[in-house]
Amino acid sequence: MTGEIVIALLAATVQSGTPILFATLGEIFTEKSGVLNLGVEGVMILGALAGFVVARQTGNPTLGFFAAGLVGSLATAIHGMVCLWFCGNQVVSGLALTILGTGLANYLGTTFIGTAAPGFTPFAVPLLSAIPVIGQIFFQHDPLVYVSYLIPPVMWLFFARTRFGLGLRAAGEYPAAATAAGLNVRAYRWLGIVGGGFFMGLGGAYLSLAYTHLWTSSLTAGRGWIAVALVIFAFWRPGRAVFGAYLFGGIMALQLRLQASGTQLPSSILLMLPYVLTVIVLVLSSWRKRTSDEPASLGVNIAPAD
Amino acid sequence: MRVTKVLLALLLTLWVGSAVAAEKEMKVGFIYVSPVGDAGYSYSHDVGRQAVAKMPGVTTSYVEAVPEGPDSERVMQNMARKDFDIIFATSFGYMDSMVKVAKQFPKTVFLHCSGFKMAENMGNYFGRIYQARYLSGIVAGAMTKSNTIGYVAAFPIPEVIRGINAFTLGVRSVNPKATVRVVWTKTWYDPATEKEAGKSLLDVGADVIAQHQDSPGPQEAAEEKGVYSVGYNTDMAKFAPKAHLTAPVWNWGVYYTKVVDAVRKGTWKPEAAWPGMVDGIVDLAPFGPMVPKELQDKVNAEKAKIIAGQQKIFVGPIKDQSGAVKVAAGVLMTDPELLGFTWFVEGVIGNTQ
Repeated sequence: MTGEIVIALLAATVQSGTPILFATLGEIFTEKSGVLNLGVEGVMILGALAGFVVARQTGNPTLGFFAAGLVGSLATAIHGMVCLWFCGNQVVSGLALTILGTGLANYLGTTFIGTAAPGFTPFAVPLLSAIPVIGQIFFQHDPLVYVSYLIPPVMWLFFARTRFGLGLRAAGEYPAAATAAGLNVRAYRWLGIVGGGFFMGLGGAYLSLAYTHLWTSSLTAGRGWIAVALVIFAFWRPGRAVFGAYLFGGIMALQLRLQASGTQLPSSILLMLPYVLTVIVLVLSSWRKRTSDEPASLGVNIAPAD
Repeated sequence: MRVTKVLLALLLTLWVGSAVAAEKEMKVGFIYVSPVGDAGYSYSHDVGRQAVAKMPGVTTSYVEAVPEGPDSERVMQNMARKDFDIIFATSFGYMDSMVKVAKQFPKTVFLHCSGFKMAENMGNYFGRIYQARYLSGIVAGAMTKSNTIGYVAAFPIPEVIRGINAFTLGVRSVNPKATVRVVWTKTWYDPATEKEAGKSLLDVGADVIAQHQDSPGPQEAAEEKGVYSVGYNTDMAKFAPKAHLTAPVWNWGVYYTKVVDAVRKGTWKPEAAWPGMVDGIVDLAPFGPMVPKELQDKVNAEKAKIIAGQQKIFVGPIKDQSGAVKVAAGVLMTDPELLGFTWFVEGVIGNTQ
């Protein structure tokens, strides 16, 4: 492979990693508050549909992007009600949300398949895009990619340096102590669920507004599940999530480019790579559990209010 | 005298009227594997359905996004129970379900698209889309400057391989130096993956992107990069107005109306129909404005030859990827050979696994 192809591969890596990055950050945000949400796939696909439909009806992709976030929050609110009001099983509720989301998006979105909507197109950042190699890889994308660059540091700051961030983490680590300290754990968990859903919705919208400008009911194609696995790989840290998302984006982009460059490896093997990597990632991260930032009360419901 | 005339006229009207009334309303059902949308494979079938719906005395209905397997069986049974006269199932995976249902409802005529099984009341059909692919290959071969053409392909099955081979033969008929690079996505309709596959081909130097996919994803990739593309199924120009050179397109209505007519007249017999350009079932979408007039004329001349039966495309000598002669000079490949294609012709880069 020549240098040019490698640079093109890395640029494609960033782009195909971006929807996974949004979703992974969303799931980290939710899990930090102590709630496990396995509904990422369903929330993403609803976000993708909402973004597409709003962009199509209003002609404004930015509006579509935010609508996707809102719909993501609304969808996860169902999960919030089950887990926080009724103390339902978080795993079951999350799985139900995935099934509901994919089914609902399929039902509502049928008429939009194969239609065109306005979306985001690449925009080279002045000055930064002129940097050799780095500029080509990171700064010649659509605006949503640049938005995704900002979220991990902001999220890190939020968790490490703000009162709300510490409160949210306390709700996930030791809700009883947090309650004793006078924190409203239920409110923090609501924030975690709905805030995380917002990012998941954005991840879906990235697929229908920037990655492609099309809608179909299978648009997310399992990316939500990869995001769930990546949270474990990232040790619940926003910074490592970037690394993980790009690793997956890279392998997805790589397998197609290997085919394009005329490899003799069967395409069936190459198409398996992202999923093989998922398994490897989960095995490896479970070996190094001690260094992980996993919230101690993840998946444990808090007692209902009197 | 006058009275007799009036009486005669009256009688005639009555007779014609009763004849029309005796001819009962035909019910024709269609089953699609994906939602109709407004582009792509199921859409092309639905355009055909609309042609049937315009026939006098025929009503049509369709069920879209029917998964292959047991679900499709239920949909077919439902239609047959509601006294549909003809049922068209338009995807390969409906084949075995249709064979089963055809046995249960011997009075209904069943037609299955792209398969190979038949029964007393069931036939199958497909079109020689490869003829249009050959023509689109000529356009791509003439328009490429890098001599690398990308082809985003769905699954390595004979139908797709045959299309890639016909396309490549078209490319090399005008540009023997050009190669066609194939990327498999293993999807029929996944815009994100299919667009990424298109981009991966652009990265290795392709400047024309062709596709055997139902989504316009690869078209978008070409449009954004400012290079050319060849669509599929229906005219995809609206998704890539600056890139879209042309597209092999389906025109199912020609066949569907013929079948409905034959069933109504009672002349229908189960057969494996494989009509081609001469019947009008496959065609080339209108050329984009960037295709020069001389090239358009050349392609149209070639098209006339196909219609006249002088250009059969898969005529030897045809070499495989290793350069070995697979079809001897002057030998025409048979239909069973075409339907069982598992190897690439010379000029294709990629493998059939």
